[in-house]
Amino acid sequence: MKSVALQNKRTSVLLKGLTLLLFFAFSISSFSQDIDEARHKEGRTLFRSLCASCHKLDKKLVGPALGGVEERRENSWLKSWIKNNAEFQKVNAEAAQAALYSTSAMNAFPQLTDTNIDDILYYTTVGEIKKVPAAGETTIGGNVVVDGGAPSWVIYFLAAAIIVAFLMIASLLKQVNELKGKKKADSKSNLKRDLQELWAGVKKNTFLKILLVIFLVLMGIYLFFGSLMTIGIDQGYQPIQPIAFSHKIHSGENKIDCQYCHSSAKHSKHSGIPSVNVCMNCHKAIAEVAEGTELEWNGEIYGKERLDNEIAKVYDAAGWDPEERVYTGVEKPIKWIRIHNLPDLVYYNHAQHVTVGGIECQKCHGPVEEMNEMYQYSPLTMGWCINCHRETNVDLKGNDYYAKIHDELATKYGVEKVTIAQLGGLECGKCHY
Amino acid sequence: MALNKKYWKSVEELKGSSVVETLTKNEFVSDIPTEDFLGDKETLETSSTTRRDFLKYVGFTTAAASLAACEGPVVKSIPYVVKPNDIMPGIADWYATSVADGFDFANVLIKTREGRPIQIMPNKEAGGTTSARVQAVVLSLYDEQLRLKEPTKKGAAISWVDADKEILEKLNSLKEANTQVVLLSGTMASPSTSKVVEDFIAAYPNAKHVIYDAISEDAAVDAFEAVYGRRALPNYSLQNAETIVSFGADFLGDFHGGFEKAYVAGRKPETGKMSYHVQVESNMSLTGANADKRLIAKPSDVVFSLLNLYQELSGKSVSLQATPIDAEIKKLAKALRKAGSKGVVMTGINDKNAQLIALEINTLLGSEILDTSNTLNIRQGSFEKVQEVVSDMKAGKVGGILTINTDPSYTLPNAAEFTEALSKVDLKVALSVENNETVNAMEYALPTTHFLESWGDTQFTESGYGLVQPTIQPLFKTRQLQDVLLKWSGSTEDYYDYLKSFWTTNILDGSSWNKALHNGFYTKNINASGNLKSTSIAISTVVSALKESIKTSAMELNLYTKTGLGDGKQANNPWLQEFPDPITRTSWDNYLTMSMADARELGFSNPVKDNGAINGDYAKVSVNGVSAVVPVMVQPGQAKGSVGLALGFGKTFGLKEEMKVGVNAYPLYSGGQNIQYNVTIDKVAGTHKFACTQVQKTIAGRHDILKVVSLKDYNTVAPKDHKNGWNKPAYVSYDHKEVEAKTIDLWEEHNRDMGHHFNLSIDLTSCTGCGACVVACHAENNVPVVGKDEVRVGRDMHWLRIDRYYSSEVETREDAKELGLSTAATYQALETEAENPEVTFQPMMCQHCNHAPCETVCPVAATTHGRQGQNQMTYNRCVGTRYCANNCPYRVRRFNWFKYADNNEFDFNMNNEYGKMVLNPDVVVRARGVMEKCSMCIQKTQATILTAKKEGRPVNTDEFETACSAACTAGAMVFGDVNNKEDEVTALAEDKRAYHVLDYLQTKPNVVYQVKVVNTNEA
Repeated sequence: MKSVALQNKRTSVLLKGLTLLLFFAFSISSFSQDIDEARHKEGRTLFRSLCASCHKLDKKLVGPALGGVEERRENSWLKSWIKNNAEFQKVNAEAAQAALYSTSAMNAFPQLTDTNIDDILYYTTVGEIKKVPAAGETTIGGNVVVDGGAPSWVIYFLAAAIIVAFLMIASLLKQVNELKGKKKADSKSNLKRDLQELWAGVKKNTFLKILLVIFLVLMGIYLFFGSLMTIGIDQGYQPIQPIAFSHKIHSGENKIDCQYCHSSAKHSKHSGIPSVNVCMNCHKAIAEVAEGTELEWNGEIYGKERLDNEIAKVYDAAGWDPEERVYTGVEKPIKWIRIHNLPDLVYYNHAQHVTVGGIECQKCHGPVEEMNEMYQYSPLTMGWCINCHRETNVDLKGNDYYAKIHDELATKYGVEKVTIAQLGGLECGKCHY
Repeated sequence: MALNKKYWKSVEELKGSSVVETLTKNEFVSDIPTEDFLGDKETLETSSTTRRDFLKYVGFTTAAASLAACEGPVVKSIPYVVKPNDIMPGIADWYATSVADGFDFANVLIKTREGRPIQIMPNKEAGGTTSARVQAVVLSLYDEQLRLKEPTKKGAAISWVDADKEILEKLNSLKEANTQVVLLSGTMASPSTSKVVEDFIAAYPNAKHVIYDAISEDAAVDAFEAVYGRRALPNYSLQNAETIVSFGADFLGDFHGGFEKAYVAGRKPETGKMSYHVQVESNMSLTGANADKRLIAKPSDVVFSLLNLYQELSGKSVSLQATPIDAEIKKLAKALRKAGSKGVVMTGINDKNAQLIALEINTLLGSEILDTSNTLNIRQGSFEKVQEVVSDMKAGKVGGILTINTDPSYTLPNAAEFTEALSKVDLKVALSVENNETVNAMEYALPTTHFLESWGDTQFTESGYGLVQPTIQPLFKTRQLQDVLLKWSGSTEDYYDYLKSFWTTNILDGSSWNKALHNGFYTKNINASGNLKSTSIAISTVVSALKESIKTSAMELNLYTKTGLGDGKQANNPWLQEFPDPITRTSWDNYLTMSMADARELGFSNPVKDNGAINGDYAKVSVNGVSAVVPVMVQPGQAKGSVGLALGFGKTFGLKEEMKVGVNAYPLYSGGQNIQYNVTIDKVAGTHKFACTQVQKTIAGRHDILKVVSLKDYNTVAPKDHKNGWNKPAYVSYDHKEVEAKTIDLWEEHNRDMGHHFNLSIDLTSCTGCGACVVACHAENNVPVVGKDEVRVGRDMHWLRIDRYYSSEVETREDAKELGLSTAATYQALETEAENPEVTFQPMMCQHCNHAPCETVCPVAATTHGRQGQNQMTYNRCVGTRYCANNCPYRVRRFNWFKYADNNEFDFNMNNEYGKMVLNPDVVVRARGVMEKCSMCIQKTQATILTAKKEGRPVNTDEFETACSAACTAGAMVFGDVNNKEDEVTALAEDKRAYHVLDYLQTKPNVVYQVKVVNTNEA
């Protein structure tokens, strides 16, 4: 299930983006009711800050769904209930009955004025106003930097060689023409003939032949080795995951710390894929994505409905019944596909880099907070590791482990800062055992 | 004067066999048979593969390989649904628990990774020790081949519910009929299980519990009970002993579970004092190999000499039989008398009267070494009782039999009789972890949990309690043994609750259960009054009964257990099968050990083949009409007129084909007696192929590889003294002058004072050769098992081996020539010397030379030197030229001739989904064609450093460890950082006993040995 070459990927993303753009350009804006927007906004803000942790408009959460609640209860009844339901229960039998809905009691909100409550109720009656996101908001997978293959000087060198060769050929062509005694005017408009003449000239000239052969051989070797060197390098690897999980939504938009989910990164060699119970810490309360959320996943656009479906997959794995709000005990592990695969012969430890080295996750994993679909950002080649070990200074301050060795090394190398390499970070046995 | 001896490794070497000589000089054991191959025109022509075809195949496979390389495999990563709080993927968890499998008992720590136990280490806080077998028991957990996976009835699967119902019905009807039901088990040494069994018997009064040990030590138990009134084994505080005399008691091996730790603690030369240990025995045992003085006598003479010693010490005339070692026994009596209460006598003769004599001698000496208060509970079996069961069964008196993790159909001398008698039993239930012959003969086979999956408790000594806790979810449809019995007794209680309340009421004296569980042990205060009162016994009756039991004969057999397989319970464990016997250095076999004189007389020999392997002749051993055909191994140090044979081999039922090795000696074990008289030996046709690592690695005449000094010289002579020093530095000739070798060097010196610098110190005085380190290394470093055929040709993969050297005064024909001996006299001299050689063990692994010859010759820089002193081997860089192995003076590099994982040709644990669960995830499994060797556990040193870095602190003193040093309970191996002045190893590296092997080569190893000190001060 490896993704195709990156270039293809890029084109397809571009094309799909374009299609999307067209689609949204022609879509028609659809809201047209008369609503008191100020009241609605006020009510929505209050609802979201005070009520949303237990109530939704269209679904039951801890408490019942509140959409159109005024149709079911008197306004005054609701006000008394909201302000202090415990007191209200003592005097109102209906309220006492209503309290049996859930085992957890509802908070009292004495701070709310009647206007506040009316605003909230107005919001519950009107509901969410459907808004269509602007086309520009469509999310598209992050850019991928291709960094690999041959070093740049080789390319410059080859380019220069090509230009020189071309110039030489051109001048030779000119000479040939002149030797043949032909006028320039004749050759002006006939490219085909020119090329034929060039070919004939090349065929006659041994030096040119040798030059051409050398050029072709060098070029061939370059291409051949270039392609060999990419074997086993999976930079850009973006397999299709079983759940359309967007790092952009979680880490980028909601600013969840990487190590909240990948908690073993600071302790262990593995960064760890979070267990489903970690997902449930939040998703117990978040059963659906925000209105209008869309993301591109594996070349398709996932709207709210599909994304809610993806959250349901988490519930399925955890054995969580969102209706009854209980765990059924039927658990199904999620089979993620591992993106960053180091060969067995390498020992890599996250804790060493994250906790001791204090390296940001993004340094190796790229702008994860911008990625909907996760992919391998770095080449993960030995050269890439080694370069970093050569260039990076180790922050030895504040860690007593380094106290003694730092002084010794600083004296030995006569430097203030010590690189990982100087600490022995280039020794084979440090990573291969 | 230092003991300037020469060392030899095999009888063939001693004889000066031409093959061994060739091997000493030649790099390769044999030429590559190109001539044979190309010269055989017929085969070449009939071969269906033409040159063109061959090229096609090559082309195709190359293309296929390159294509396959372009697409990586898709790797799934499946996290927990609900992650347990205490599991962090990638971080090891350690649990304290206990091993009690009926033969091996130990307080241990279990290393688990992601919920899988992968290694066992001694629980040093609890005073725990591990042997090679205990180290290896973690692999038996994953023995998918042998473990019972679900309850079966007559071979067909049955649910636990149905099995319960049917068995309960039968139990109740037997109870009503008041027909005998027998619970047959090995020693469990578990107080709560004993209570569970009591409860069972209370529920079924017709039931009785019979304990039976495959390897019987019931004579010692009976004798102790007779004198001291407690059914237990005496303990021995050898750390305080001045003189230890053992009559065939292999107390560094399996005698009373082993006393290695205490023994070594009493032999520290730094204190200026060491115990003086004399071993009187007929087989060369591990204990005898470590003794200061080893007296050899055939088994009957060993018994007589015990009586003689008693006569000397008591002054009563008891023995009239003269033995060849009478003079020595007189000296011994003197030494013991001098030691007085610090002297002790032990005997391994499984005869109640012999044991009573030994106890009587200790009473005469007033021995404080014999500990009668903190007695041992690890052998409770009675051979007599189990024989009673067999006869009851035959008589049809037994209505039901429940066997609990025991295999009488294999381990009883009259196993066939037992199996046959089973047909007369109505209810036959086997509760067992593993499948075996007994289980197979039963009607119901019910799988119980492995101890690593179980709850439980232990009481090895009177005061030493231990707890067993599960470290993995049960792998198969098993049920805890105690839960089965509780359920059948009609209790609804869970065994865990039962255990907890049992401990709270009876053992813990109010201290915390959680703490005891965390520690894995609890030491109870035992009666302060201490030793038990002895009752006097009628010694003259004992003496005459003992004398009567001795039936001196021309040939006598001494049965013993090997360090590797013990009683044979773990015969399907490839680590133990491949583990070379410490004495013979032979793996995958048992054999008849025979003295050189007997071998010559009877015409047995061990010729060395040109590929370095040794062969043996077969002998038919007959005792009391039972006979077995066994290959013969000529054993220096074996008493003339005696042969030795190891029990625990020849098990075949359910085992993998490769593991069906050796000969079952249990049929010869009549009466549970380890000594059998009236043995006849006949040579039979056939040649046996041994897998022996003995001859393959000769030391090429470098006799100074070992240094041994007597305690007297150690205390009085200056170690570096140019003339008499016992730890002289090497001298070489430079510019026609003799200079110290260390002044000349091929390599440039580096500054090694920065950061960490690791050293491993190995004390040859403390090393008993037990081999726990060898198996620990296997487990830690994913060392592959290669099988008998490969070991035979010298391709064993052990990163750590324990070389065993014999030494004597006349070594080779050259020596004899110097002494001017005639040919006949030469042979005689060689043989006499070899009859009772001294033995020295030397653990040998990569020496991590600072100036490593291997690093210099690697063409691809695959082996390089780390700044921390480790010689690093980069497998992915290695192209397999093997130059490094050729240039290594220590012969410690191992080449992967084959792919040892996922290969049906090597069907061991790495070719099995279950067996692979034991692999250490921090160490790579090496591919074919690369060199490997000891890494000084770089994964462990790196992990220790990382822990310190994460916690922002320097590495603690003595925090660094290797697998071998952690497993070594004798404390012979000490690992650490010599740049930390506080580390124990720093002082050891500078010790006056410290030396480097082959120091004149100036390889500057980071492994430092401590000169062996022996106590030759007799009396």
